[in-house]
Amino acid sequence: MVNTKVTLSGLTLDNPIIPASGTFGYGYEFAEIYDIDILGSFSFKGTTKEPRFGNPTPRIAECPCGMINSVGLQNPGIDQVIATELPKMRQCFHKPVIANISGFSIEEYAYCCERIDKEEQVGIIEVNVSCPNVHHGGMSFGTSPQAAAEVTRAVKAVTTKPVYIKLSPNVTDIVSIAKACEQAGADGISLINTMMGMRIDLKTRRPVIANKMGGFSGSAIFPIAVRMVYQVAEAVQVPVIGMGGVSSAEDVLEMMLAGATAVQIGAANLVNPFICKEIIEQLPSVMEHYKIKDLNEIIGGAHK
Amino acid sequence: MKQSIFTIEKNEPLTDSVWKMVLAGDTSAITASGQFVNIRLDGFFLRRPISVCDYDAHTLTLLYKTVGKGTQYMATLSQGYQLDVLTGLGNGYDTEKSGKTPLLIGGGVGVPPMYRLAKNLIAEGKQPTVILGFNTAAEVFYKQEFEALGIPVLVATADGSMGTKGFVTDLVKTQSDYSYFYTCGPEPMLQALSDVTTTSGQLSFEERMGCGFGACMGCSCETKYGTKRICKDGPVLEKEEIKW
Repeated sequence: MVNTKVTLSGLTLDNPIIPASGTFGYGYEFAEIYDIDILGSFSFKGTTKEPRFGNPTPRIAECPCGMINSVGLQNPGIDQVIATELPKMRQCFHKPVIANISGFSIEEYAYCCERIDKEEQVGIIEVNVSCPNVHHGGMSFGTSPQAAAEVTRAVKAVTTKPVYIKLSPNVTDIVSIAKACEQAGADGISLINTMMGMRIDLKTRRPVIANKMGGFSGSAIFPIAVRMVYQVAEAVQVPVIGMGGVSSAEDVLEMMLAGATAVQIGAANLVNPFICKEIIEQLPSVMEHYKIKDLNEIIGGAHK
Repeated sequence: MKQSIFTIEKNEPLTDSVWKMVLAGDTSAITASGQFVNIRLDGFFLRRPISVCDYDAHTLTLLYKTVGKGTQYMATLSQGYQLDVLTGLGNGYDTEKSGKTPLLIGGGVGVPPMYRLAKNLIAEGKQPTVILGFNTAAEVFYKQEFEALGIPVLVATADGSMGTKGFVTDLVKTQSDYSYFYTCGPEPMLQALSDVTTTSGQLSFEERMGCGFGACMGCSCETKYGTKRICKDGPVLEKEEIKW
């Protein structure tokens, strides 16, 4: 028997597998095809104060070993998420969820986090300062240490639950931003969000995506994510949730060796809706293959 | 939705760019005409969504156009090759609203879902009329298959090389006593049909998709009834809800 349990800021997960925000909706589509209670947790669709339709379509472009999305934080707004989606989610997922919150101002982040903090089923608040698909918000808070710290402080002041700041890889020095968030009181760091990318259609000679650019994700970005998780985990004391192109049990172990305590699965869910279930099922035997008895032994193991 | 492995029984060209693929496998998740399947292809990150032309308990017929690298790769696959397919995607056509004499209008690669829809309507004792639109006679496919169902089949080609010269809308204008309409085809055609038709109807839309099963919000559209996902709440929308 191997131990797959990990702990994030006092919250113990049966395993480190967490579907990433924006690739799992509110879980309903997946609950139709497997029992999603097997997951460690899941991070639900990014939520803003007001309802948002998001960006015009096309929002999706394919790439070798990945995809670009420009959804633009489509969501029904915090009121409806609390009134409708959380009760529906409770029917299909019986563990604490991760609430992913986005915003266009410090006040909006604080408002939404304060609201969601009161919801019993929320275990962790993941503050997205890294959405590349909205202007004047999202990523602009995650590209400077000062702005990221300011959001962190504002959110921490109005919440009681663990706050994880989700960082953008589209920066020159992710370590300084992670450290600034930690100093401002963040309980953990999630990384990485998508890389800015673009495709151009040879026939139309126009960008494939209506919004021109979008977030590049998928297995192609895995080495970049591993590198950034390694760098951040070395620099901060708080737990790190690693993500970016993870698509196998081996990738999960690699991410944990880089320093992740838990691992999110993103774009892979869209291609293989059973990927999280398959990884959870394969994890014990892959651990045995690499002579790992307890996942906690390997967190940050590559730093030694 | 179901994920299962299908085996290619047949994969053959119908025209220069439209292919017919017959797959053997578990079709139990398919509940309506107008639904689609999402196929994983080696070497491609995203699946390829293809509308269902026809199916029975053990086989699935897809007609697809080789428009990009993914579908061009599909055309190279031979009998016996196995594919990972998600089935039972999308809402499909609702035949309850059809009335006695519905019009079925397919444009180009929008023709395939009309085939199973026609069969379903006939089985329900209704008398559909089919209108097919293509650019040229060389691009026409499945005309005989529709005729073999024993229903009226009208063809329009843009260059007049077969049937009526013009568009499907020209043929729709010649029809007066239809009870409802169903259509699939390029968006400009759908909009033109929405204008010229005199009854309610259902229109099937296409959009670039991420997952194809409602998780990623990649294919959302705004309707009069709120935001909908083409892959999950569509691809079939009712005429009255569409915001052009």
